[in-house]
Amino acid sequence: MSDRLAVRKTYKLYVGGAFPRSESGRTYEVTDARGHFLGNVARASRKDARDAVVAARGAFARWSGATAYNRGQVLYRVAEVMEGRHVQFCEEVSAAEGLSGSKARAAVDAAIDRWVWYAGWTDKLAAVLGSANPVAGPYFDFSLPEPSGVVAVLAPQQSSLLGLVSVLAPVLATGNTAVVVTSAERPIPAVTLGEVLATSDVPGGVVNLLTGDAEELGPWLAEHADVDGIDLTGAPASRAMEFEREAAGTIKRVVRPPATEPDWTADPGLSRMTPFLETKTVWHPIGI
Amino acid sequence: MTGMTHVLDPGALSDDARALAAPTPPYDDVTRSDSAFRAFLHGLPGVDQVGAEARVAQLGTRSIKTTSKAWAIDTAISMVDLTTLEGADTPGKVRSLAAKARRPDPSDPTTPQVAAVCVYGDLAGVARDALGDSGIHVAAVATAFPSGRASRAVKIADVQDAVANGADEIDMVIDRGAFLSGRYLDVYEEIVAVKEACGDAHLKVILETGELVTLDNVRRASWIAMLAGGDFIKTSTGKVSPAATLPVGLVMLEAVRDFRAATGRQVGFKPAGGIRTTKDAIKHLVLINETVGPDWLDPDWFRFGASSLLNDLLLQRQKLRTGHYSGPDYVTVD
Repeated sequence: MSDRLAVRKTYKLYVGGAFPRSESGRTYEVTDARGHFLGNVARASRKDARDAVVAARGAFARWSGATAYNRGQVLYRVAEVMEGRHVQFCEEVSAAEGLSGSKARAAVDAAIDRWVWYAGWTDKLAAVLGSANPVAGPYFDFSLPEPSGVVAVLAPQQSSLLGLVSVLAPVLATGNTAVVVTSAERPIPAVTLGEVLATSDVPGGVVNLLTGDAEELGPWLAEHADVDGIDLTGAPASRAMEFEREAAGTIKRVVRPPATEPDWTADPGLSRMTPFLETKTVWHPIGI
Repeated sequence: MTGMTHVLDPGALSDDARALAAPTPPYDDVTRSDSAFRAFLHGLPGVDQVGAEARVAQLGTRSIKTTSKAWAIDTAISMVDLTTLEGADTPGKVRSLAAKARRPDPSDPTTPQVAAVCVYGDLAGVARDALGDSGIHVAAVATAFPSGRASRAVKIADVQDAVANGADEIDMVIDRGAFLSGRYLDVYEEIVAVKEACGDAHLKVILETGELVTLDNVRRASWIAMLAGGDFIKTSTGKVSPAATLPVGLVMLEAVRDFRAATGRQVGFKPAGGIRTTKDAIKHLVLINETVGPDWLDPDWFRFGASSLLNDLLLQRQKLRTGHYSGPDYVTVD
């Protein structure tokens, strides 16, 4: 019996619903936790980041305009497709993070459960975060949470899938569109998540996944005038302050990075959804 | 020098006399009859479509960066015919477009003005008043734009009306029906008549290349427009797709180049429709420079017919100035 020739995958970016190579043509090698070669992955450039922001901006009207119920259904479908790729995710998380089989399985289970949890929040946010305000006048006055717009996410460097889901899903559940820079050393589960998103009713451009270096891409996203918020969770500690200062130039919403990567299995509460919501208050005349 | 000529050749005309009795243009007799004109147009060298596509693809890979890019962006802005050709155009929209033409980026006074504002003929007066003494031209589309389906009398009246309203550039459409059915002389005579009706106004002749089917037809229509006295040849109305593609641009630029070589008269070129990004605009500038040379890199000889292109040019200009990417919130979107 002849040895089968290995089918080696070339991992690419996920931008605007397609899987392009980096505009720069750059790639880098990714290894597993023990240093064995896993694959070549595209190293996104600032122009890829720019293209991703254009795609995310283009997708924003449709995604934020969808009903909360519909967004929840689409996100739930993502969890269903993730479940179908369960075995693949386990292998990739195990290789990337050096986890044993059972621990990798627990991480993937938690990631899918986390996605389902956020899918459930889409149509409940307005009830929890909105309010009917008593005002001294003949008005019905109410406040509603609305999405900020395009959110750049520097995903956690350590937790390749659970961490990624924990920062991405809240951005989507609140109706924002996302440009994500994945973990630099552990990007492959993120690439697979891109394939899941591409096949699960999420409109192209709503999520854009860039594999590469958060230190290189961070400043461009932080300064970009068409980005409305940035999550600095995966930013290098030495640069986070600088990114935050650059983000202030266009008054972006900023989520500061934790001192060390948190325990992603803990209940996140609303802490990751509220930063990328704007409160709109409407005064509606009554009695006429 | 004039005296010397007399000495050497007693029969020679003085320079002034020579200009008055201009030599017969080499193509003066090709329009004497329908069959002669057809024979001439079909005798033009055929276009190698694959070669044209390969040539523009190769030129499209040129990398224009930093100071060259800054120059290209400013040059492109100064060549824009800022256009609004919608049924829903109002005097207010034309006035706001005129304000944008005068000061494309209010946050940066070093931004150059555009070349012209292009509107329907009935709004040319509004544009004229709003542009004042800014030096920006008013271009008006006429001759039953965009289809060109009207009698010649109506088309001429359309042109006269636009000129009376203050347009100093007229964008006419050729009769594609006549062209495609082989009545080339009709097309030619109509352009001649419109040119006459224009008076002092510049005439741009729209070929609507998207309806001409082949690049050979594009070359023939270019020659008809140039022989008939058009000051510019323009690719498209912007209402038909495909519009200003690069291979079409290459063929039309070769036509204006050949025409100047043969007759000494320079004709301008205006691609219009489908040019939306700075990258597209720079590709056209490269095409100009490599096909007809820098003589045409001037708003008097080259224009972009566009509406959204200006916004992208301004975004890229802001990127170069500030060092960070800009967004559509920072330019007027129209």
